[in-house]
Amino acid sequence: MSLLTTLARLEAVRSGRAEPLATVRHRHLSDRPMVVVPLTAAGEAGAPLAVLLGTDRDAPRLHLVPQPLNRTLRFDYLAELAADLLPYLEFFGADVEQIEGSEKDPETGEKTQVFRELCADAPQLIVPNSAGVHHLALIGRSTRFRRTVEDDEPGPYPAPVRVPLLGRWLTHLTDRAQVPGSSLLLPMTGLLARHWATGQSHLEDQHLAARLAWHFPPDGLAGAEAAERAESTRDERGQLLHPPAGPATDPRFDEVVLGPAIARYDAATSALAHSTEQRDDSGAARAREAVREAIEQLRGVLTAVLLPTWHDVWRGIDLLRTLPPAGHLEERWTGDRWSYTGHRDRLAAGEPPQPRQDDAVTAARKLAQREREQARLDVQEALDDPLAMAEHRLAGEAFAGVVTEVVPDYDTTGRSPKPRPLVTLRTDDRPHADLGREAHRVHGPSTQKAEIVAVDPAEGSITLRILSGMGRKKEPEPGSLPEPGELVTFTLFELTVRQSAPLPEPDDTPWTHGGPPGAAPGPVPSTSAFDEWE
Amino acid sequence: MSTEEAPGAAADAAVARILAATVHPQAGAPRGVVVDSPPGAGKSTLVVRAARELVTAGERLMIVAQTNGQVDDLVGRLAEKAPELTIGRLHAADSRPGPEVLRHANVTPSDKVADLVEHDVVISTSAKWQWVRAEAPWRHAIVDEAYQMRSDALLAAARLFERALFVGDPGQLDPFTVVGTEQWAGLSYDPSSSAVVTMLAHNPQIEPHRLPVSWRLPASAAPLISDAFYPYTPFRAGTGPDDRRLTAAVRPDGSALDAAIDRAAEHGWALLELPARHTVRTDPQAVTAVAATVRRLLERGLTAHSEQGEAPLTADRIAVGTAHRDQAAAVRAALLKAGVPVDGAAGPAVTVDTANRLQGREYDVTVVLHPLSGRPDATAFHLETGRLCVLASRHRHACIVVARAGIAELLDEHPSTEPVQLGVSVKFPDGWEANHQVLHHLTGHRVRLR
Repeated sequence: MSLLTTLARLEAVRSGRAEPLATVRHRHLSDRPMVVVPLTAAGEAGAPLAVLLGTDRDAPRLHLVPQPLNRTLRFDYLAELAADLLPYLEFFGADVEQIEGSEKDPETGEKTQVFRELCADAPQLIVPNSAGVHHLALIGRSTRFRRTVEDDEPGPYPAPVRVPLLGRWLTHLTDRAQVPGSSLLLPMTGLLARHWATGQSHLEDQHLAARLAWHFPPDGLAGAEAAERAESTRDERGQLLHPPAGPATDPRFDEVVLGPAIARYDAATSALAHSTEQRDDSGAARAREAVREAIEQLRGVLTAVLLPTWHDVWRGIDLLRTLPPAGHLEERWTGDRWSYTGHRDRLAAGEPPQPRQDDAVTAARKLAQREREQARLDVQEALDDPLAMAEHRLAGEAFAGVVTEVVPDYDTTGRSPKPRPLVTLRTDDRPHADLGREAHRVHGPSTQKAEIVAVDPAEGSITLRILSGMGRKKEPEPGSLPEPGELVTFTLFELTVRQSAPLPEPDDTPWTHGGPPGAAPGPVPSTSAFDEWE
Repeated sequence: MSTEEAPGAAADAAVARILAATVHPQAGAPRGVVVDSPPGAGKSTLVVRAARELVTAGERLMIVAQTNGQVDDLVGRLAEKAPELTIGRLHAADSRPGPEVLRHANVTPSDKVADLVEHDVVISTSAKWQWVRAEAPWRHAIVDEAYQMRSDALLAAARLFERALFVGDPGQLDPFTVVGTEQWAGLSYDPSSSAVVTMLAHNPQIEPHRLPVSWRLPASAAPLISDAFYPYTPFRAGTGPDDRRLTAAVRPDGSALDAAIDRAAEHGWALLELPARHTVRTDPQAVTAVAATVRRLLERGLTAHSEQGEAPLTADRIAVGTAHRDQAAAVRAALLKAGVPVDGAAGPAVTVDTANRLQGREYDVTVVLHPLSGRPDATAFHLETGRLCVLASRHRHACIVVARAGIAELLDEHPSTEPVQLGVSVKFPDGWEANHQVLHHLTGHRVRLR
């Protein structure tokens, strides 16, 4: 945790309110986000119980599994979820723009102009917390390989037709969520944590309601008390007034409310089965009515337990919309749009689902991409937000100051002299400014590199020799240099992100990494035994 | 290996086996040779000998090291020890090699590999090698500090060679990344793991060789480092307890600093302990204590006596090790203020750096700011076995550790809580245990600073 974040948290403790960590919004927010609040059943990892979702805060839709251990009901639920979610996910694939690029002909080496489609917008899923992201990843993993009646060999338990497709989308979204700065799938607690500090621990911040209590404490309460109240106040039946944001449920809810409701449903379904077996038509009709009522009751209790979190997520969205968007959001969202378009194209091309595990080359490529995006995110946030830049200034990796002097100087070692002026600035920052170290100008007219040539910590002055960004002539282009009296910022880290080194194609995987996938009997653990269901 | 054997003979036998496997591999032998080397066990010497013998056998070879500093070190050593070799120093377009490298007549620098392919040996960093497009790949490669190389870097560079000698120290810091990699944990080719671990997982027939003797660590340090960090692959010191001595020209002035220096001169270790306190990372008092200790080391005119003869302890034979870069920067600033040279370009200077950058380096005396000093918590970063191992194994004579009191209690309050991942072999020793063991030993050499 950086010094500035620590300070903000301490201030939050003192003020009893969430304190800002950013002056702008660093993540893209869609105009029409899909909010998804999932719940899981206790006892089995990743077993879905219910979900509340929708793009309209006044009209959430509930889907549920009345008996979470029943695989057929689970797949009915997943089919409902697919029918609800897929139209939203696929909607953005229709509106495209043409992006011009060039492609090298592999044989002649000639460059030819090509156009690629880029979707004009992309979907955005918002879940309450990072456990919600993990839950969607589990659903994706457990469904994308399922066979359906449309497959050649559907097997004894074919899944509903659109379920594997849902699994592939969820896998893509959760994988993309691993890329720093991406915004296709976001947890609300993470979004809030990037922009505000509270006076409680990171673990406590995972409880969305407790977190929001620091933003909206009821009259007269400090954040800590309000958070405590949100976390633990129970009604006369021992139920939390503000249930956790899931996906796990409160054990007391399971015990007192959910368990009996599921038991009632089980009793009704076995009564129905019994009456059907006995050809007791009036009994069956009564039992059918009892099943319907049991499901209605389940819908009621699950809606009640999900609605507070549903509203919390939308309150979080409202909060984030109060911040102006950061300058580089558009650029990063374009990356998300490319990611969405790429997945759309792979589906259209009939490619198989994402493999169970990445091969060596794919894993290395993804790691390189994530590291590159992390570096890009750090730089862009610093450029977009003075508070983010202040973190770097405090860490000695950047400095800001007023220019006191600009002295023209020239490099005359070459054929024609080049401008190498000296810029001195006065600063209160204390950067790790070793002599000869490279510095980079922030928000200059063009990218500009400089070298530190003199430092006087007592005076607070730093002199830099500007090395680039001044045009090609002997004298610097007008406006390319800062003027005396101007406030400038330099960083000691590069402001552009380096490319990653090229990796071989998967078919050229070297002997050190087991050769091409499937070629050698490598030490890959076997997983096929877990494929079958039921 | 018999412990009766003289250290020199044991080491020679190990080196002979390694060279035979590298230079004259038997038909059907695996394509990789792995050498595990504890600190200061003659790894660099081995690399020079292997390079020489491969060239004598008519081969050209490429050498991969991990940092520019390591590459420059290696080039300097090769150029000196093997003047008959032609050496190409491949560097990035924006980073010229150091001047001490270019003074050798048999070294050619270039940023284009095409200019260097005719040389006997071409050396560069793994980052640069990944970008090289070679028409005719090398048959042989030597990968130095291979345990520091990340698996994905090897994936990108392995197409350049057919056979390779991987040399490294498994006890040093693992490679790292700043982004999440949990989804690949347990895969044999996890891109964030070490290159050697991946290569061995895919080539199980390779039996790693070991270098059994540390020539750097004195008899006072080798047993502790071996027990704490290499419990299953022990090594010993190449010198006896009386072979290394530090003597001072100036008598102690009665201060705690001098007491710590004398303690370290006599026993090889000293713990300079400040009162317990939670501090910011760049704890001003601890930083001042480190700087004052270094200045006093220089003022007292120490002489290092060893099997290599005697030499005055000059600034360039001293290093300060820290866990974080801002701590190193703070110590450097404090040393400058105390009038101690820290800029190597202007003559002999004290090296101040983080554990990551001190890997593979050797000094007579080191002053270490303990990674857990003044901390309220012990995170996985600060408990990492390799970090402490690097900091505690850079010295030929003595190591002075500066720390706040209370580290043992801190350790007891923070047992390691890293999640266990399926398929990932548990790393031994545990950083927590190693920290306790080193601390326990240091406590016997404690000097309190008030």
